[in-house]
Amino acid sequence: MSEVKVERKPEEFTHNEYEAGFVTDIETDTLPPGLDENVIRHISAKKDEPEWLLNWRLEAFRHWQTMTEPHWAHVNYPPIDYQAISYYSVPKSQEDGPKSLDEVDPKLLETYEKLGIPLREQEFLAGVAVDAVFDSVSVATTFKGKLKDAGVIFCPISEAVRDYPELVQQYLGTVVPGGDNYYAALNSAVFTDGSFVFIPKGVRCPMELSTYFRINALNTGQFERTLIIAEEGSYVSYLEGCTAPQRDENQLHAAVVELVALDDAQIKYSTVQNWYPGDENGVGGIYNFVTKRADCRGARSKVSWTQVETGSAITWKYPSCVLRGDDSVGEFYSVALTKMRQEADTGTKMIHIGKNTKSTIVSKGISAGRGQQSYRGLVRIAKSAEGARNFTQCDSLLIGDNCGAHTFPYVEVKNSTATMEHEATTSKIGEDQLFYCQSRGISEEDAVNMIVNGFCKDVFNELPMEFAVEANRLMEVSLEGAVG
Amino acid sequence: MLKIENLHASVGGKAILKGINLEIGTGEVHAIMGPNGSGKSTLSNIIAGRDGYEVTQGSITYKGKDLLAMNPEERAWEGVFLAFQYPVEIPGVNNTYLLKAGVNAKRTHQELEELDAMDFLKIVKEKAKLVELDQSFLSRGVNEGFSGGEKKRNEIFQMAVLEPSLALLDETDSGLDIDALRIVANGVNHLRSEERSVVMVTHYQRLLDYIQPDVVHVLADGKILKTGDKSLALELEERGYDWVREEAAA
Repeated sequence: MSEVKVERKPEEFTHNEYEAGFVTDIETDTLPPGLDENVIRHISAKKDEPEWLLNWRLEAFRHWQTMTEPHWAHVNYPPIDYQAISYYSVPKSQEDGPKSLDEVDPKLLETYEKLGIPLREQEFLAGVAVDAVFDSVSVATTFKGKLKDAGVIFCPISEAVRDYPELVQQYLGTVVPGGDNYYAALNSAVFTDGSFVFIPKGVRCPMELSTYFRINALNTGQFERTLIIAEEGSYVSYLEGCTAPQRDENQLHAAVVELVALDDAQIKYSTVQNWYPGDENGVGGIYNFVTKRADCRGARSKVSWTQVETGSAITWKYPSCVLRGDDSVGEFYSVALTKMRQEADTGTKMIHIGKNTKSTIVSKGISAGRGQQSYRGLVRIAKSAEGARNFTQCDSLLIGDNCGAHTFPYVEVKNSTATMEHEATTSKIGEDQLFYCQSRGISEEDAVNMIVNGFCKDVFNELPMEFAVEANRLMEVSLEGAVG
Repeated sequence: MLKIENLHASVGGKAILKGINLEIGTGEVHAIMGPNGSGKSTLSNIIAGRDGYEVTQGSITYKGKDLLAMNPEERAWEGVFLAFQYPVEIPGVNNTYLLKAGVNAKRTHQELEELDAMDFLKIVKEKAKLVELDQSFLSRGVNEGFSGGEKKRNEIFQMAVLEPSLALLDETDSGLDIDALRIVANGVNHLRSEERSVVMVTHYQRLLDYIQPDVVHVLADGKILKTGDKSLALELEERGYDWVREEAAA
């Protein structure tokens, strides 16, 4: 008698069901595909923007036309036809903009509820204010009143342009200039919405702020722009979440996030990115080409980026900190999962300019299936950065034999007083570890989750509580699959 | 408890076990001794359900059930436990958390209510004392940065918490100094009971000074060549294994 047993390989656990893959059937006002100055004028006019902003957009667009798409990232995808994308799509019911939550189209509320983001204030997690962005427009922002009492401004950026034009003009593009890079330039030309946050001097924002991005319409790109300003001695914790329907076409998402921290200000920025990753053959999925940068402009300011990246077909993103203020601190905590045919080239840049500036980088990459992942990080210590310190830890975990992990750390030190530490590990979930867990009564699938969660723990600990739970669950769902 | 009949098994096409017959009664302690490469570890791995071994002939019956038809976690739920020769490190996975998941999976299988964190912690602290394992080990990653002796003690600690019906100790004594050996042996002796069977796989007689076996088997060349009481172990220590081979060949 021989042993009949189906052998299961760890990589089989990583086939997933994308829970957020539904489409909302809603009438939209969508511009035909194509990009020229008229499209930009149209977007600007739709939003009733001031002249200076239109000119800023046009300048970025003209700059973009002289640029070439970057190809240095360790990712592969067919050429993108920028003329085949629609740059503006708005649910019809939102065209005039809702005055309050009661006026928001019920279908939209339903969409967010399905995603676990109820927008009715009384139902939502107490202590979290949400801005919901659907395709090109913000559809609802909760708890606006309560925040206003504290002096905090949290609203769609299009609204900020209208209501607080001086603030926007003062800060927009000062961290990521219009012509910064190919995708940032494109974003500057066509950005449609996103969140605007302003925390005045000395204010500790009374609740978590959260923006929820949803791509719905077909063949549209999403180009949101987020601007967060923390004045002297203020504090804010901000979280963004992202999902998109399951479609066979690739969709482009090219966002820009700018953070400004003045003296003694702290910004904690967390991302749970779960854009549609495509299927196991690499059909469909979001191209996530994002520029995120923080300017620690003030002395003793601090910015922490925490990201959990499980979605998107291609990810190209490097949330960075420019540590300009003396004694300023930059942190980057990242968990990225690539499975099926997903590719990610992600990491951070820490630019030390001020004295005694400090940065910490903890990157955890998990590759499964045929996923390919690269960590790319730059730590630059300028001549002026006396006594700068950096600690980098960069770990990769491989599940199965067909995936890849790559590390590209760059270090430039121009001041000899700098202290640099770099640690890197690559490990594989071994058959041995799985068998060990099984022999203690734990199923293979639970064992994989346990090991992955253990691997991610240092980063999950940095997330706000509610979202750490969500991140854990998201990892489990993403790794769930072909058991039995 | 366990009945192995005419078990043949190979690894990568190479025959390792060539007809093992072994019966282990409830509450008995058996020692399986033998030279390097005789198939001792293969046997314990096959009982625990590790991949990579092909059973070509024979059967293993455990508590009246076909053990080979179960996957490793089902065997654990039914009360099989393997103390590993080389316990793996699982960084980031808390030692106590792993055990709690294991215990509760077993309880769920037995249709018992899961233990909550407080109750579980009480049990764990009590059992940790048994093998003189410092409390700090409970919250560390599974075997992460443990010394060789600490890993072996951790295995016996896990066994104490999981309370198996059939415990397989795969060369638990190897790499232990005298003090650690005594601690491990104490732990095992403490767990000896009427309902629990223990199989110790070992090279040396030394362990058997501390844990007295009821039965001693000699495994060589993929077969049980001789079975006796604990005096056989002493004889092996003195004379080596060759005479057993010669006797079997004659």
